[in-house]
Order: sequence, then structure tokens, then C-alpha cells
Amino acid sequence: MSETAVVDRTAEVMTINVGPHHPATHGVLRLLVQLEGEVVKDLKPIVGYVHTGIEKSCEEKAYWKVIPFVERMDYLAYYFNMEAFCGCVERLLEIEIPERAKYLRVIHMELNRLHSHLVWLGTSALDLGAISMFWYCFRERDSILDLFEMSSGQRMHTRYFQVGGVMEDIPLGFERKVRAFLEEMPSRIDQYEALLDRNEIFLRRTKGVGIVSRERLLELGVTGPLLRAAGEPWDLRKAEPTLCYGDLDFKVPVGTVGDGYDRYRVRLEEMRESVKLVGQALDGLPEGPHITDDRKVALPPRHELSTSMEALIHHFKLVTEGFRVPPGELYYATESPRGELGCFVVADGSAKPARVHIRDPSFVNLQMLRDMSLDGYLADLIQNLAMLDPILGGIDR
Amino acid sequence: MGAGGTGLEIERASDLRVRQHRARDLLRGDLEGEELERYVEDRVLTTTLEKALTWARSNAMWPATFGLACCAIEMMSMVSARYDSARYGAEVFRASPRQADMLILSGRVSIKMAPVVRRIYDQMLEPKWVLAMGACSSSGGMFANYAVVQGADKFLPVDIHIPGCPPRPEALLHGVLKLQRMIQGKPDLGWRRRYNAEGTEEWAKELPNA
Amino acid sequence: MPDAVGLEVIAGELRERSEGSVLETSFERGSATLIVDPEPILSVLRWLRDWPEQRYTFLSSLHAADYLPAEPRFAVHYELLSMERAERLNVKALLPDPGGDDLPEIDSCVEVFPTADFQEREAYDFFGIRFRGHPDLRRILMPEEYVGWPQRRDFPVGGEPVIFTNTEREVPGWYR
Repeated sequence: MSETAVVDRTAEVMTINVGPHHPATHGVLRLLVQLEGEVVKDLKPIVGYVHTGIEKSCEEKAYWKVIPFVERMDYLAYYFNMEAFCGCVERLLEIEIPERAKYLRVIHMELNRLHSHLVWLGTSALDLGAISMFWYCFRERDSILDLFEMSSGQRMHTRYFQVGGVMEDIPLGFERKVRAFLEEMPSRIDQYEALLDRNEIFLRRTKGVGIVSRERLLELGVTGPLLRAAGEPWDLRKAEPTLCYGDLDFKVPVGTVGDGYDRYRVRLEEMRESVKLVGQALDGLPEGPHITDDRKVALPPRHELSTSMEALIHHFKLVTEGFRVPPGELYYATESPRGELGCFVVADGSAKPARVHIRDPSFVNLQMLRDMSLDGYLADLIQNLAMLDPILGGIDR
Repeated sequence: MGAGGTGLEIERASDLRVRQHRARDLLRGDLEGEELERYVEDRVLTTTLEKALTWARSNAMWPATFGLACCAIEMMSMVSARYDSARYGAEVFRASPRQADMLILSGRVSIKMAPVVRRIYDQMLEPKWVLAMGACSSSGGMFANYAVVQGADKFLPVDIHIPGCPPRPEALLHGVLKLQRMIQGKPDLGWRRRYNAEGTEEWAKELPNA
Repeated sequence: MPDAVGLEVIAGELRERSEGSVLETSFERGSATLIVDPEPILSVLRWLRDWPEQRYTFLSSLHAADYLPAEPRFAVHYELLSMERAERLNVKALLPDPGGDDLPEIDSCVEVFPTADFQEREAYDFFGIRFRGHPDLRRILMPEEYVGWPQRRDFPVGGEPVIFTNTEREVPGWYR
């Protein structure tokens, strides 16, 4: 045998840049990809192109003013951002929110989960070439946004959750509209499945692609539908039930193989479960106040302002300075459509938080992109990115 | 029915008859002079070439896909079936800036992204327009901090600012339509003429010959 | 969460294994925190991950905080989760500010928990905490050439101090 090394002159490693301006990167994500032909040899995500300094800005604002900042992080799951922050502050203040507020929060959060998965499905199918899914999913998404607009006046970024409960009670007719939506939604999900489930091209592109083992995912800190698709049945709604998830009956879909097809199926089944959850929460919605009675935290109702002096003083103090939180720090986690969304707040006794940090699931999940795409084709990289469901607002904060 | 009704019909019928005769005359080559001119004027839209061009340009503006943050989702919603922007000419979102004429800056522009946006803008071919969608790209929005450029017009000429956080798709459509009317009204091409920025070009210094 | 008693048990076992690693324990508002010395942090984390009764195998979050007037100034928080028992434990490593241009240092836990990769880079980017042994410690969210540690408490929110027009005579042409 000859001693000289055989140089393979056909293998040439090329480093190319995908993004930040790219139609398929779901936001401004930049990937440095080393390609050998069409096979991905190495991958480095470069993020920070939509970094907004939200965590730093939050340190300058009173607690209730932080809520609009925090909800613009993961901009498809805004109710979950609000819940993580409000839940953390409520734990720090050691107040309990009323039952009606818990159920209202769950209704809005599950509708938001549906909304997030619909946008994911529309844009992912668009990346893979199934453009019709985009139109259908956005049609449903507009119905959900109509419901949000009915309850809070805004389509997106509604700042509906406040510390102590929700901002306002739902109007008359909201329940009827939600039930009408819930009646037609399962058949719409059936339509999506009919379009994609047995589509030969979709199956060939997603089956067996981007498989990462369950142990590796746990090492990488991945949570949410990505972890569940690989077979680990971990869902914070069942493991650490907060709000009223303990009273509701729902299943958690778990996949087997952990490829792109499993991720797709897990998210579709989660959409069905969300529909059931909203129905159950509506059925069990109790009467009562929608925000806590503690006047040191929540604004008094307006009719009291003309009669009660204490109410006027409380209102004044809350609006000008805001409520104070006793010193301490806490981490509180909730299950967002992408995984574990946690909020860490350091309170120093004043009306402004000393540190707000959001543990965003997309930021941590992005670390698995390299494992998913090594030794796959470039087209599979696009598919992996679609199934990963990254939201750059959450990654960059 | 009735005298008035039948009268009208007769009038229309006679008008129709007259038009038929005139059309037959034209085809035979019998119309001339003033009759011919009137015939042509009734049927042909005349306008200046500039107006026609701006009308065509404004009604077929193809946006470049430039979704940065939350406003991008509302922009996608504008494209979707309910608030269809295709009926106003923004038919396809072109991914390549070379093929697009409108840049909808939807979302907050961070300091890391600003040079990228500028480069994409420079790659677009004239004529091009920029819509700053939302509060963050118009003025920095609620984020008055170290990481966000306080308004895209710090480094780009912006034609229309659309307020909102995020603006409703109808608001975005209103902005697009306003841009169309603006284009039809002011047909100057080239942003340096539009913004009185002539004479501000910077040219690379001539290197001394060695 | 391990309750207050469980927390004391963990602290006791850790103190047995290595003297001086656990400085104090704190159990308030339902959350358990172990405050540790930054030097033996890797052995503490490894023990918490591997010991059969503990098995905190999942690192939920690694984040840093700046407690400026208080000393020690920085703290790195490790939010650990045991999936079998659905229990969370917060390990807090306190780091003093060395002063001047030096950066506070702590060992990187990427070998113990690979998920810490991006999160340690973020702590470095925003607070200037250097993680010894990290495979690729560079800025992740700010531009690579950025100077300054934005989320420290003494860094102004606007990136640069605001100069109003009535101070124009002191700093003429500040807008250029």
C-alpha cells in the first residue's frame, strides 16, 4: 500500500452564510454553515440581530410597566411571557389570585398556544413548499385574534394579565364566540391533517430527518414539544400544575422517534388538546372577581374612587409609584408552546425590579440545531429549522 | 313602463343606433376631422407617460421580505386571506432585494442589525420606498435603550411611518395605500431628489497614482 | 421544591464532602436556594447531578445577577431540576468584583451540563463574568466588537449618559 495520503479532490468545504435576511430563517437568525457539497459539516448559529435590551429596560420600570416589555420577547406566545412574569411576582408578593382569574388565564393561554402552533404550522409548511397551509392557518389565526381583541381590545401584545389577576373581565358574548370557534376548530385541524399527513413529499422530507436522542436532548436542556417528540413525557402543566391545570383533564402527546414528522404530529395533537382545554375551562369558569382584592397591588374599581378616600390614595400610589415587592428572588416556570419559559425576578424592596431574566425556551433549544443537522443535507437544515420553531424575539430578548 | 320609461329606451336605442352607424363609418374610413377626433377621445384614455408609469408602479409594488419581530407577524397577516394585500398590487414578497421595490421594515432595528438593513436597502434598485411599520422602526418605540436604533430614519430614508405596536393589518394597508397615492402625486424618482439630498453623495477619494 | 428540611439535609451532605462549599441555605416563598462558594462549584454540581438521592440532572437555567451596592457583587444562579421528583433547587455562586479591568471568574460547567453553552456566553456578554474552560467564550447577543457589559447596574440604560441641551455649553457638539 502506498504511504502517501489520498487527497479527495472532490470534497471541498465551503463556508456559507444563511441569513440574517433569509426567507426561511423564521426571523433574523444567521447560520454559518460549512458545507461539503450539500452535506452540512458544521453549523454555528449567530444570534443577536433583534436584541432589544428588554431585561435592562425592565429594571427602570415599575412592575406593572414591565408587563408590556416582557410580553414582546417571545412574540407569538405573549400570554405565556406575561404569565411567567406575573406568576413570579405574585409568588414574591405571596398573594393568591382569584379562581376566576386562574380560569381566564388558562383560557387565554391555551388559545395562545393554538395561535402559536397555527403560525408555526403555516410558516413551516411554507418553508417546505406547502404554501396553501399558510393561508388556511392564518385564517384560523385571525379568528383567534378576534377573540383576543374581544377580551382585551388588542390583537397581539394585549397586556391582559396583570399582577394579581387579569386586567378586565371578559365581555358578554365572549363565551358564545369562543364556543363557536371551538366547534369548528377540530374539523379545521382535520383539514390540515388531510393535507399534510400522508402527503408523499412532506413525508419524505420529514421522516427520519433531524433525529436527536432523548438523552442528548436532556443534556442540551431542550424542553417542550421537541423533547416530547423524542419520547420523554415531560410537560410542566402536568409535572408542576399551576393555575387551574390540576383540575383540567387533558393528555400530553408524546412521540417515539423524534424526527421532523413526530414533531409535527406532537404539535398537531397539542392543538387538539388545547381545544379541549379551552372548552373545559369555559365549562368550569367560576364567578367572582377577576383580580385580587388586595388594594396594595391591584387598582380599586373605578366606582369606589368617588366614595372612598383609601381607594383614592391606593389608586394614586399604585399609578405613580407602583406596588413594592419585599426583597427576595424567585424563579418561576411555565409551559409555553416552545418549552419551559421561566422568569427570574430579583426584588429589592422598591417599586422597580432589580433584575428580570427570562429563560427563553427557543434560546436553549437552538443549541440542538447543530446536532440535528450534522451530516444532513442543506435542505434538511431548512426543515430542521422549521420544526425547531425558533422565535428570534425570545432568543435575542 | 310608462311614457318616461319607453322614452328612455328609445333614447338609448337611438344613441346605440347612432354609435353603430359611427362605428361602421370608422371602419369604412368615412369619419374624418372633428368627428374622428371625438370618436377617438371617447374611447381612448390619454395621459402623460409619467402618470401612466407612476400609476403602474404604485399599483404593483412588490415588498421585500423583511420581518424583524412582532410586526412581521402582522405583516404576514396582511398578506393572508382576510386582509389580502395582493388586491392592492403587493402580490408577491420577493426574498431577493434586487427584485423588490418596497421595504417594509417591520420590527425593532437593533444596533447589530442596522448595517444589514442598510446593505439590503442599498442592494435594492431604484425606485424604492421604505415603510417603517410600527413604533419600533419609526422611533425606537418603547425601547429607549442601548440596543435599539431610535428610529430607522437614522440611517435610511423612510417614506411612510405607520404607528402602532403592532399596527393592525388594516393600518398597514392604509400605509401602503397612502404610499401609492404619494407616488402618484410626486413622480420624482430617486430618493435624493425626493428629500432634497442632491449634492450629498460621497465618492471614494481618488488615489494618487504611484 | 425540597422543603426546608430536605434543603438542610442536602447542605449538610455537601458540607461533609467538602468543607466550606456551602455558605448558607435559604428557603423562602417556596423556593430552595443553596448559596455556595464559587471555587468548588463543579464538584457541587456534579454531586447534585450524580448522587442517587439527588439526581438533579436537568439544568433549567443559568443566569447571572448584579447586586451592585451589596458585596459580593455578582452571583451566578444555576436552576436545577430533578425530573423524577419534579423538584427544583437553585444553586447560587457569589462572585466578588475584582475591580479595575479584571473580570470575575468561575469555572464553566459545560462538561457537567452541556446546555450551559449559550447561557454562559450570555452571562459573559452582559456581565463580563469569565467562565474558565468554556469552549467558545465570546459575545452572543451584542455585536462582537461591543465594549462594555450592558446589564451591569452601573451601565446606563441608553448605552451612553443622556446629555440634555442645557448642558450644551459644557459639552459642545455632543450630538456629533
